[in-house]
Amino acid sequence: MTNAPENKQVTITNTIEPDKEDKKTIYSIDNFNLWYGDNQALYDVQLDIPVNKVTAIIGPSGCGKSTFIKSLNRLVELVPSVKMSGSIKYNDKEIFSPKFKVEDLRTSVGMVFQNPNPFPKSIYENVVYGPKTHGIKKKKILDEIVEKSLKEAALWDEVKDRLNENAFGLSGGQQQRLCIARCLAIEPEVILMDEPTSALDPISTTRIEELVQELKKDYSIAIVTHNMQQAARISDRTAFFLNGEVIEYNDTDKLFSNPDDKRTEDYITGRFG
Amino acid sequence: MTGREQFETDLSDIKEDIMALSNASVDALRKAIDALYNQDLNLANSVIDEDKRVDKQEHAINDQTILLIARQQPVATDLRRLVISLQITTDIERMADNAKNIAKSTCHLGQDHRLTIHPRIKEMRDMAINMNETAMRAFQYEDVSIAGKLSAMDDKVDRLYERIVSDLLSETATNPEKIQYVMQMAFSARYIERFSDHITNIGESILYLVKGESYKLN
Repeated sequence: MTNAPENKQVTITNTIEPDKEDKKTIYSIDNFNLWYGDNQALYDVQLDIPVNKVTAIIGPSGCGKSTFIKSLNRLVELVPSVKMSGSIKYNDKEIFSPKFKVEDLRTSVGMVFQNPNPFPKSIYENVVYGPKTHGIKKKKILDEIVEKSLKEAALWDEVKDRLNENAFGLSGGQQQRLCIARCLAIEPEVILMDEPTSALDPISTTRIEELVQELKKDYSIAIVTHNMQQAARISDRTAFFLNGEVIEYNDTDKLFSNPDDKRTEDYITGRFG
Repeated sequence: MTGREQFETDLSDIKEDIMALSNASVDALRKAIDALYNQDLNLANSVIDEDKRVDKQEHAINDQTILLIARQQPVATDLRRLVISLQITTDIERMADNAKNIAKSTCHLGQDHRLTIHPRIKEMRDMAINMNETAMRAFQYEDVSIAGKLSAMDDKVDRLYERIVSDLLSETATNPEKIQYVMQMAFSARYIERFSDHITNIGESILYLVKGESYKLN
């Protein structure tokens, strides 16, 4: 990572990965700050993302939601002027440590974006792209990965007879589920979703929401959403960001029924944002 | 007008409608007790008829509230505000039902019972009306300290009710042939006591609105 501004020290700690059965937290974020050039986008972010739960990130435009979620898989580093301080631990390992391979992180942490972005290839090739990159060549194994991933993404029944057709021929909702299948094909632990349904119609949105509920049995999910009802429906924990700060991080039921902070109440009830 | 401003206006309209409905139920109680004391069957029948309008208004408020929930998909305090609107409207409709039941008792008593209506039933009514004023002030200002007063007020109504029932039991001992009439009087006192219980429920709804948790006032 780039150097933090003056007086900001990056905490780098490497520990042995704990037994997966025992751990409850997949990400621990501690006093994380981020700057784009001189503009600070995140301030002292502190939260834990639980295992096998859906964590929603809400907040008005420009509050740092997407910046935060892109920090979790170090995608944010692609911005040249970015600077960071603080700590993000994935499975108790500091992801910004020089010893931590970004490739390993991207294998363990899949991401789904706002607009479906399938490759201009067949449905089959979209799904096997990641596994092939990781060196899997055997057709039988790739076929199994395609079927398993598409089934997990609730798309198999709709496309099993046309796997060799171009992915661009699918509807927007199907394309987004294909992107989720592509993400699942590399068997990640975490799925990051950045407004995955904002470009979809209500029925496709419902399919994705149902899918998220299914996927959390096997994956830990963090989802940025502008749709408050969606956050209330599908997430277990919700973090409310405002001007780069986490104002409230609470059980979703509590946050949407009786939030602790008045700014949360004002935002979720539409008084601003 | 922004969406939020429109929502605030709609919430305010519902609040006003609820307060108007509350006034109607209190008016019904006032008239029902007057009819009881004056053996005024016409007035009692008008209370019974008026109750249909209260029922209709209850449905109108509920429809408006449900529409607003569907349209605005409210959360947190906004959602609780609409949920308690449904609860309070139901309580007020039940209060009016109790006033109607007193009017029905007046009709059962008729004009030839030659009994003195227990003088403290009127006092009980006044206590209930006073409670309702307190509840509506708490509702209007969403004030939990005002709502909290309803508990003690309801206790006083309950004690007076027990006293009246005790007196009426003595009456049945001295005038056993009048037991059916005395019972109608006891029922009337019971209806006021229930009327007050619903007002206490309104207080509990206000506590839930403000604090986000359920509290018991009686």
